[in-house]
Amino acid sequence: MSFYFAIVGTKDNPIYEAEFGTSKQGGDGVARFREEQRSMNQFIVHSSLDIVEEVQWATPTMYMKCVDKFNNLQVSCFLTAGNIKFLLLHDQKADDAIRQFFTDVYDLYTKTLMNPFYEVDMRITSGVFDGKVKQAAKKYL
Amino acid sequence: MQRGDSLNSPFVPFSPNPSIQQGTPTSTPPLKHTLSSSTSSNLRYSSSRKSIYDRHLNRSQRSELSKASFAFLFGEMVQYAQKRVNGIADLEKKLNLHGYSIGQRLLELLLWREGRSAKRETRILGILQFITTTVYRSIFNKPADGLEKSRDNEDEYMLIDNDPMVNSYISVPKEMSQLNCAAFVAGIIEAVLDGCLFPGRVTAHSVPTEQLPAKTVFLIKFDESVIERESVLG
Repeated sequence: MSFYFAIVGTKDNPIYEAEFGTSKQGGDGVARFREEQRSMNQFIVHSSLDIVEEVQWATPTMYMKCVDKFNNLQVSCFLTAGNIKFLLLHDQKADDAIRQFFTDVYDLYTKTLMNPFYEVDMRITSGVFDGKVKQAAKKYL
Repeated sequence: MQRGDSLNSPFVPFSPNPSIQQGTPTSTPPLKHTLSSSTSSNLRYSSSRKSIYDRHLNRSQRSELSKASFAFLFGEMVQYAQKRVNGIADLEKKLNLHGYSIGQRLLELLLWREGRSAKRETRILGILQFITTTVYRSIFNKPADGLEKSRDNEDEYMLIDNDPMVNSYISVPKEMSQLNCAAFVAGIIEAVLDGCLFPGRVTAHSVPTEQLPAKTVFLIKFDESVIERESVLG
C-alpha cells in the first residue's frame, strides 16, 4: 500500500507534498509507485479539488472521508478552518487511520501557522515538519 | 568590527522559501564562516533545543495577558502605524492589516482546540455566531454585545461592542474624529470571515450614545458571491 499526500493552499497552490508506504503488516514505509504513476498521482489529487469544493458546502465536517475515486485509487480529504486542503491518495479504505493521520498533520500545520515568519499559502519547507509528518504516517498508516 | 559581525548574524531570519516570502531582507550579510559552528546556531530552535513542533498548542489556552502590557503594545502599534501613513483611512487600513494576520492564525487555532467536535461554518449566521461568541470570548473573555442585520441592505451585518477593550486607553484627538482604532479588531473579524470563505469588508465605526460613549459598530459587508451562495444553500 502506497500513499501520496499533498497540502493545497487557498489558491489551489501546493504547499507541501510527500510520498510514503504503509508501515503496517511488515511494510517498510517506502512508497512503491511506478514511475509513470507518480505524475498521475498529482493529476488525480488535483482533479479531486473540484469535488472537494462542492462537498465542502454540503457537509460541515473537517474530515470528508473519501471524496474521489480513480480506478483503484481513492482520495481522502481534510479541510481546515482556513480552507487549507489535506489530500491523501490511497488504494485501500482505512477511514479511522486516515482521520488520525490528518488530525496529527492538522496539529503540525497549526503550529507552522503560529510562526510569525510563515504566512498562509507559503510553502512549508521545514525539515522538522517533514519528519513529523512521516512519523505520523508511520504511526497510523 | 568583530563585534558587529556577531551582532549581525543572529538576525538572519529563517525563511523557508525566500522566493515566496515577500519581505525577505536582502541587505543581511551572510553568515561568516569565521564564526564557530556553536555561535551560528540554527534559529529554528529555541535555546531549549526544541522546535516549534515540540510545543503543545494548548500551553497558553487558559492564561491571561496583562491589560497594561497589551495597552502599551497596542499604543506603540498605533504610533508606529501613524508615522508611516498619510490620512486616517490609511491608518485604519494599516491597523486592519495587523489584525488580519492575527485572525488568520486565531481561526485555525480555535478550531484545532475544538478537537473532534470542530466543524467548519458554511452559513452566514453560523460564522457570525462563531465570531460573536467563540472568537470574541477567546480574545476578550466576553461575547460581543450584539449582532444585527442591516434593514436596508441584504449583505450588511453589524457587530456591536459597547466598550472595545483595545480602545480603553485611547483618546482620539478632535481633528481625527473619524478614526476608530478598533479597526484592528475589524481586521481580525475580516480574516476569520475570509478564512471561512465569506469574503467581505469589515470596518469599525464609533457610534457614541449617552450611556455608552465608546460604543463601536463593526460593519460587515459581504461580497455578492457570499449572498448568492447563501440563497443557493437555502
